[in-house]
Amino acid sequence: MRWITTTNHKDIGTLYLWFSFIMFSVGGLMAVGIRMELFSPGLQVMDPDFFNQLTTMHGLIMVFGAIMPVFVGFANWQIPMMIGAPDMAFARLNNWSFWLLPFAATLLVLSFFMPGGAPGVGWTMYAPLTVQMGIGMDLTIFAVHILGMSSILGSINIITTILNMRAPGMTLMKMPLFVWTWLITAYLLVAAMPVLAGAVTMTLTDRHFGTSFFNAAGGGDPVLYQHVFWFFGHPEVYIIALPGFGVISQVIPAFSRKPLFGYASMVYATSAIAIISFIVWAHHMYTVGMPVTGQLFFMYATMLVAVPTGVKVFNWVATMWKGSLTFETPMLFACGFLFMFTLGGFTGLVLSLVPIDIQVHDTYYVVAHFHYVMVAGALFAAFAGIYFWIPKWTGHMYNETLGKIHFWLTLVFFNMIFFVQHFLGLAGMPRRIPDYPLMFETWNKISSLGAFGMGLAQLLFLYVVIDCIRKGAPAPQKPWEGADSLEWTHLPTPVPYHTFETPPVVK
Amino acid sequence: MAQSASPSGRQQHYAVPSPMPWPIMGSTALFLMALGAAFVFNGMLAGWASIAAGFVLLLYMMARWFGEVIGESEGGKYGGWEDGSFRWGMSLFIFSEVMFFAAFFGALFWTRVMSVPDLASIESNALMWPGFDAHWPSAGPAFLEKFQSMGAWGLPAINTALLLSSGVTVTFAHWALIRNDRAKLLVWLALTVLLGATFLGVQAYEYGHAYSALNLKLSTGVYGSTFFMLTGFHGFHVTIGAIMLTVIWFRCLKGHFNPDHHFAFEGVAWYWHFVDVVWLGLFIFVYWL
Repeated sequence: MRWITTTNHKDIGTLYLWFSFIMFSVGGLMAVGIRMELFSPGLQVMDPDFFNQLTTMHGLIMVFGAIMPVFVGFANWQIPMMIGAPDMAFARLNNWSFWLLPFAATLLVLSFFMPGGAPGVGWTMYAPLTVQMGIGMDLTIFAVHILGMSSILGSINIITTILNMRAPGMTLMKMPLFVWTWLITAYLLVAAMPVLAGAVTMTLTDRHFGTSFFNAAGGGDPVLYQHVFWFFGHPEVYIIALPGFGVISQVIPAFSRKPLFGYASMVYATSAIAIISFIVWAHHMYTVGMPVTGQLFFMYATMLVAVPTGVKVFNWVATMWKGSLTFETPMLFACGFLFMFTLGGFTGLVLSLVPIDIQVHDTYYVVAHFHYVMVAGALFAAFAGIYFWIPKWTGHMYNETLGKIHFWLTLVFFNMIFFVQHFLGLAGMPRRIPDYPLMFETWNKISSLGAFGMGLAQLLFLYVVIDCIRKGAPAPQKPWEGADSLEWTHLPTPVPYHTFETPPVVK
Repeated sequence: MAQSASPSGRQQHYAVPSPMPWPIMGSTALFLMALGAAFVFNGMLAGWASIAAGFVLLLYMMARWFGEVIGESEGGKYGGWEDGSFRWGMSLFIFSEVMFFAAFFGALFWTRVMSVPDLASIESNALMWPGFDAHWPSAGPAFLEKFQSMGAWGLPAINTALLLSSGVTVTFAHWALIRNDRAKLLVWLALTVLLGATFLGVQAYEYGHAYSALNLKLSTGVYGSTFFMLTGFHGFHVTIGAIMLTVIWFRCLKGHFNPDHHFAFEGVAWYWHFVDVVWLGLFIFVYWL
C-alpha cells in the first residue's frame, strides 16, 4: 500500500526509476529481436509484419517508457533536495503522474495480443498507414494520450516546485544546473505534449468518425500529420536530452573538483536550445516535397542549434581543464557521453543539410545518428546519474570495479551496434525493413552481435544495482569530493525519508 | 503571483499532503475507458460496459479527491505558500490546454493555406482531380454532395455575445466575493452558469441545424472535420467549465471562501476566460473569415 498511495517524492522517484528499468528491458528485448532478424539477409526469425510491430513498439517504449521516466525519476529524487524543498509542490498529483504510466504501458503492450497485433507503423505513427491499422492502433493512441497526461501533470509539478519551493537564498541563478535543465525541459513538455495529443486525436477521428484531416480526397493532407507530429517531436528530442545535460553538468564538476565553467552561459544555452527546438521541426521532413524556401529556413534554423550545444560542450571540457580529475564510474559515463553525444551532434549537423539528408533520409545513417543522441547521450547520462546519486539514495556504495566494467562493455558494444550503421546508411540500407541485400551482411552481423552484448551488459548493471542496495559498503555523507549541491552538503547518507521540512538557508 | 516567487521570510512549513488511494483509482478508470473505447470503435459493443464502469469510477474518484481537498482547504490547511503553487499549477494547466487547441488551429490553417489550394494546383488538376477549384469552405475534391458552411452572423454571433457577457458576469461575481457580498456573488455566478448553459444549448441547436438543413457533418471533408472538432472540443471545455462553476456556486452557497482565500473560485474563473478567448479565435477563423 505504501508504494501505491505514497506522496513522498523519494518513493515516487524510486518507482519511476524501477518502472523505467523494466520498460528499458522490454524495449531492449524488442531491439534484440530486431537485431536477430537482421543478423542475416533473408527472413528467418519473424514475419515482416511482426518486425514492423517490434520497431514501432521499441521506439515508443524506449522514448515514453524508459528515457523520459528515468529522468523524471531523477527529478523527483533530486529537485526537492537540491533546492531545499520539503517535497514536490503537488505531492498527490505526483503520485498520479507516476501511476498513469504502468496503465498506459499495459495498453501499449496489450496491443500485441489484439487481432492484427500491435501497430506496425513506426513510432512516428504517420498517416495514412495509421488510419488502416487494426484495434492495436487504437490502444496505442489511448496509451499515448495517457502517457502525455502523465508528462504534462509531472511537468506542471516540476515547474511549480522549482519556482515556488526554493529555500530562502536559493535564487534562480544559484540553482544547480540539473534543476535549470529540468525547469526548461518541463516547459517544453507542457508546450509539446498537448500537440501530440492533438495529432493522435486527429488520427483517431480519421479512423473511426469519418473526418478527413489526413485524407487528400476530403481536402486534408497526410503531410499535415507530419507537421503536427514533429512540432511535438523535435522539442521531444530536447526533452530527452536536456535533463541528461543537467546530470552531466553535475557530474563533471564533481569529479574535476572545480565549479562548472560558464554557469550563466550554460543556463542561456539551454534556454536557447529550447526556444530553437520549436522552429526546426520540418528538418525531419525534407523529402515530403516542401518549397525550397521552407527547406532553407529549416536547414539554417537547425544548424543554429549547434551554436548553444557547442557552448555546452565547450563548457564541459573547460570545466575539466586543469581540474583535479578522477575517473570513477559516473565520470567515465560522463566522458563517454561527451565523446559519443558530440559525435551524434555532428551527424545531426550533417543531416541538417538538405542535399545530404535527401540522400540518406530513412536510412541507417539516421538510425545511427539518433541512437548516438538517445543512447550515448541520454542513456549514458542516466547511467552517470544513477552511479553518481545511488550512494545518497541507498546509503551504500556500488562496486566500483563492476561499475567500470559495465561502462566499458556498454561503450564498446554500443559503438559496435551503431558506429557501423553509419556505413550501412551511407551505402543506402533503408531502415525499418527486415531484409537486405548480401552486400550489407558483414556490418549487420557486427551490429547484431553488438546488440546482444549490449543486452547482456545491462544484466551486469542490474546486478551492480541490486548488489549495491543489498550489501554495498556504507557510503559517507559526501562520497564525491567535488560535489557541492545541497543533497551532499546538508543531508546525511542515506537521506532520511523526509528532508528539509524546515527550509535550509542558502548563502 | 509576485508574492509566490520566493517564500522566504513567510510561512515555514509547506503542507505535504497525506497519501490517498484516489490517483491510482483514476488511472484504473482511464484504463478501463480507453480499453472499452478501443473495443467499441472496432465494433465490439461489450466495450460499453468497460467505458461505463470506468466513467463511474472516474466520477467517484473526482468526488472523493476534490472533496478531501476542499475539506482540507476549509480546515485552514493551505496558506499563502500553497496558494502560490495552486496559481502556478492552474496557469500551466491552462497553457497546456491552449497548446492542445493550437494543434487543431494549426490543422485548420494548414488546410486553408496549404493543402486545399495545393489540391487545385495545375499538376493536381491535370493528374488527379480535374476541375477541382479550391475555395474555402471546401470538403475536398472527392466530396460530391452539396453542403453549406456555417455563417458567422447568425447564432454564432449571439453565442459570442453570450460567452463574452458571461466573462463579465463572472468578474462581477468575483468583485462581489472580494466585497464579501454573498447575495450578489450567488446571483452573478448563477447568471454566468446560465449564460454558459444557454451557449451550449445554442451550440447544440446549431449542430442539429448543420446536420439536418446544411448537410454539414463531421464527415463533410476537411471543412466538417475542422469545424466540428474545433467547436466540439471547445463546447466540451465549456461544459467542463460550467460544471466547475456550478460546483463553485454550491460551495459559495455553503459559505465557503472569504475575500482573501478563494483560489478555487479564481482558478475556475481563469479557466472560464480561457474558454472565452478560444471561442474568439474560433469565431474569427472558423466562422467569420
